[in-house]
Amino acid sequence: MKRIALYAFALLVALAILVPIAYAVLGGFRTTPQLAADPVGLPDPWVFSNYGEILGSGTFWRQVWNSTLIAVVSTLLTVPLAALAAFVFARFAFPGREVLYAVFTLGLLFPVAVAILPIFIMVRNLGLLDHPLGVALPQAAFGLPLTIVILRPFFASFPNELQDAAAIDGCGPLRFFWQILLPLSRPVLATVAVLALVGSWNAFLLPLVVLTEADNWTLPLGVTNYSTQYTADIARILAFTTLSIVPALAFYAFAERHLVRGLTSGAVKG
Amino acid sequence: MLYGLLVIAPVLQAMYYSGFKWNGLGDLDDFVGLENFRRAFADDVFTGALWHNGVFVVLSLLAQLPFALSVALMLNARIRGRALLRVLYFAPFVLSEVVTGVVFTLMLQPGGLADGVSPVDREWLADPSIVLYTLFVAISWKYFGFHMILYLAGLQQIPRELEEAAIVDGASGWQVFRHVTLPLLGPTIRISAFLSIIGALQLFDLVWVMTGGGPVNASNTMAIYMVDWGFKRFQFGYASAVAVIMLVISLAFALLYQRYVLRRDIEGALTSMGR
Repeated sequence: MKRIALYAFALLVALAILVPIAYAVLGGFRTTPQLAADPVGLPDPWVFSNYGEILGSGTFWRQVWNSTLIAVVSTLLTVPLAALAAFVFARFAFPGREVLYAVFTLGLLFPVAVAILPIFIMVRNLGLLDHPLGVALPQAAFGLPLTIVILRPFFASFPNELQDAAAIDGCGPLRFFWQILLPLSRPVLATVAVLALVGSWNAFLLPLVVLTEADNWTLPLGVTNYSTQYTADIARILAFTTLSIVPALAFYAFAERHLVRGLTSGAVKG
Repeated sequence: MLYGLLVIAPVLQAMYYSGFKWNGLGDLDDFVGLENFRRAFADDVFTGALWHNGVFVVLSLLAQLPFALSVALMLNARIRGRALLRVLYFAPFVLSEVVTGVVFTLMLQPGGLADGVSPVDREWLADPSIVLYTLFVAISWKYFGFHMILYLAGLQQIPRELEEAAIVDGASGWQVFRHVTLPLLGPTIRISAFLSIIGALQLFDLVWVMTGGGPVNASNTMAIYMVDWGFKRFQFGYASAVAVIMLVISLAFALLYQRYVLRRDIEGALTSMGR
């Protein structure tokens, strides 16, 4: 009896998760009149033109490219910088270390929203409005606190003997970092990289403010714009939305373990 | 350093701007002191937004987190297919706020899926009296998986022997949960509550996409209000003041929470799982 209740609950939650996703995916295969006539039904007949038209248009692919570019650049900036900083915080004692570290952890509290106005002005003064770097740079900076907070305890957990042994063999700190620490930290580095990529891929406010030119838009901007542009054509919006989540879901399927492990180890200790 | 330049400096700058009446283009010469702050608190729309943030905080704590906890408990109960379920439950967290917002908006449209399924037709997003709750469902859909993962990690730290020992001593299922599992999960719950509250205070993307703060400001939040004044009406000084208020509230909360709630975890570190 108790088992049955448990499975029923599990199923119910699974259903609640799946319904919106299924609605979007299947809705893309229908027409708007079909959706209006029977919002709950299955595609009948299946319509492929929604997906086909979007995949055939340049807009969608350009947005995929913009999103990818920005995500990759900001991740490539965040992870190495954060790794170096976490290395210094973890392995060297210097005056003011904890204060400085506290400043970084406080950064966890600043969402982009609080600083968006000055960032906008700064980006504008740098002439980076409508430039991928205008999004990637601030994003990288705001990604640093979380990355450092996850990496530092990991780096600190390596025994000092390891570094001493390396030093006796004539290996300086930088080489130790590069040739010993980083290769040993591959799993956690993968985690933070995945976090940074996903965060950037999904970001909305910063691209919204920085990228005004439609050619430069990222996918989230494209989706919102598409949904206001074709308000009446629900099926098309659903198709566009579905296509925009395919990369994210594929990536999730691929990196699920890293993501979940990273969140638990990082956030719980945070 | 990049961090200093792009995180700390803008935050300080926001504080500086907040003292001016400024459109973001001209010189910063119209110093108005604390006038912007006085104006924010005198504006019913802003205090309303603040109130809505509060509602989201309370709803998150009373509904979303207990829900996430019960799902985590269920997955911890060794049911079949739990690995798959865990992946599924966490999936919405990976989807962007925009996608969540757009899909939910379409489902909730009059004549949409929600009306097709639910026994009563309501104006889910256009009725000021229920819009907050509708939004909250979408928010929970997206975020509960994150808290569930935190709880699962916490639950896996609790040795089974403790719960088994309690059962041998004749404790009922509820008693085991109440007196063994829950206290041992304390640190995790406190962290998750902390993240949840901070998130609710700074809510923006989902609300922006789904209602834009409407109807008639019924779902406005502080962040929406700020972006509205900053980027639609170009009153950068005033918007900065709102940003500073948000920051101060978050910061004050974080420090108090650290001092009065999380400190217990440090003091109790020896008895509670050493975390």
